[in-house]
Amino acid sequence: MSTATTAGAREHARAQGTTVVECMPTVPADRLGDGLIWAETVPGGGYASRRLARGVTLRLTDLYGDACVSVLLFNADEPWERLNVADTVKVLWQAYIGEGHLLLSDQGRALASVTAGAPGRSDAFCGTSTRKANTDRYGDGSPHGPTPAGRELFTLAAAKHGLTRRDLPPSISFFQGVRVDDDGRFRWLGSAGAGAGVELRAEMPLIVLLVNVPHPLDPRPAYTSSAVQLRAWKSSPAAPGDPLWSRSPEGERALLNTADYLTARGIG
Amino acid sequence: MTAATSTPPALVTGPIVLDETVAARAPWSAIVRRGQTLTIVDLHGNQAVDCLLYNAADTAERYSAPDTLAAQGGIFLTTGSVLRSSEARPLMTVVADEVGRHDTVGGACSRESNTLRYGHHTKHQHACVENFLIEGARWGLGKRDLVSNINWYMNVPVDPDGSLGIVDGISAPGLRVALRAEIDVLVLVSNCPQINNPCNGFDPTPVRMIITGE
Repeated sequence: MSTATTAGAREHARAQGTTVVECMPTVPADRLGDGLIWAETVPGGGYASRRLARGVTLRLTDLYGDACVSVLLFNADEPWERLNVADTVKVLWQAYIGEGHLLLSDQGRALASVTAGAPGRSDAFCGTSTRKANTDRYGDGSPHGPTPAGRELFTLAAAKHGLTRRDLPPSISFFQGVRVDDDGRFRWLGSAGAGAGVELRAEMPLIVLLVNVPHPLDPRPAYTSSAVQLRAWKSSPAAPGDPLWSRSPEGERALLNTADYLTARGIG
Repeated sequence: MTAATSTPPALVTGPIVLDETVAARAPWSAIVRRGQTLTIVDLHGNQAVDCLLYNAADTAERYSAPDTLAAQGGIFLTTGSVLRSSEARPLMTVVADEVGRHDTVGGACSRESNTLRYGHHTKHQHACVENFLIEGARWGLGKRDLVSNINWYMNVPVDPDGSLGIVDGISAPGLRVALRAEIDVLVLVSNCPQINNPCNGFDPTPVRMIITGE
């Protein structure tokens, strides 16, 4: 197909439009299932981001067992309110984040709840990788290189929402587990294996940034990172009477603070 | 802030660049030049000193608890800990520590998190985030610049089941920790005003800051 003319170049470009690869978004998402509002597969070394409405559930599936998804959450309308990992573990008196945990902002509110996921396969201590660490470890950490660093990818994802490096606090990662031994040292647990899932439900309108890169403590010498599948659908946010609502007095006050904020803003 | 005259002195000797006492509940900040050492003195014992570090030449690069912890392979800060930036670069190194371990997991208290931890009646009490905002504003820093911080003298164990919390401290009057700057570093401090947990022995007290070096 000649691309020497505008007509030829246009035909050539348009002929590619139906190409299907594994790691891509499907639009519209509900082609892959009733009610889906976001369907995308993100490669190892890749990133994605979205604004999500209150009540949307986002499921992450580790297709091959070597995904490690580091997550940052922001209040979509006031993004200087964002995930606070320290408050998320301190306020709820629990460092290992799994089903039933709330992901808290710096404003004493629940940004999201974890509605599925094994607490043994997450990490709230180590964040994600940096260009320097990946350069030292793998020889390169640039975002378009062979071994991209999580912080570099977060920086790109953040830019899509008008945010910069200043807006990137510590993140929480899922699928690769880390434990703290009695002496305070980390112990690497690794992956739950292919098919493991994590579900996050937006408790307020969110910007979600996701990077899929090897965990900073991954002991394997090679950069090992495989695809993660994203699926999102509308559901109901936490409400009084749900087991999650009153799971702890601290969490209940976080959900009450969220409801109080949303009500005053006119978001029911 | 007033000039301090009490002992003990800096952990790392050298010409004294600055020697100040931070009042109970107060913020503090200073630039520590590359090669200089900041000694923090817990004058009365078990006083949490919330601390953030910034590259003085580019404050978009700031202390990163996760990069610090991942690089050292564990959660406690003590002698030898390299305090790394968001770009994994060494900002400061703990060169001496008379306590044994310090926290960087528990973050800073805030009016907002106090409402979760203790109830809404604590909303109008003093909190470290307010101190960080007040002191940070003097350097052009704002809310976006606040991240997970260091808590000198605070004791936060993690139990085998993942339970963690601020428990009674292991510091004592006069114990010191010394930090050597690896680049020019802006040090932002909140002398923690918290009165609802044991991090200050339920009685916030002054601390002393001594910068030594050329």
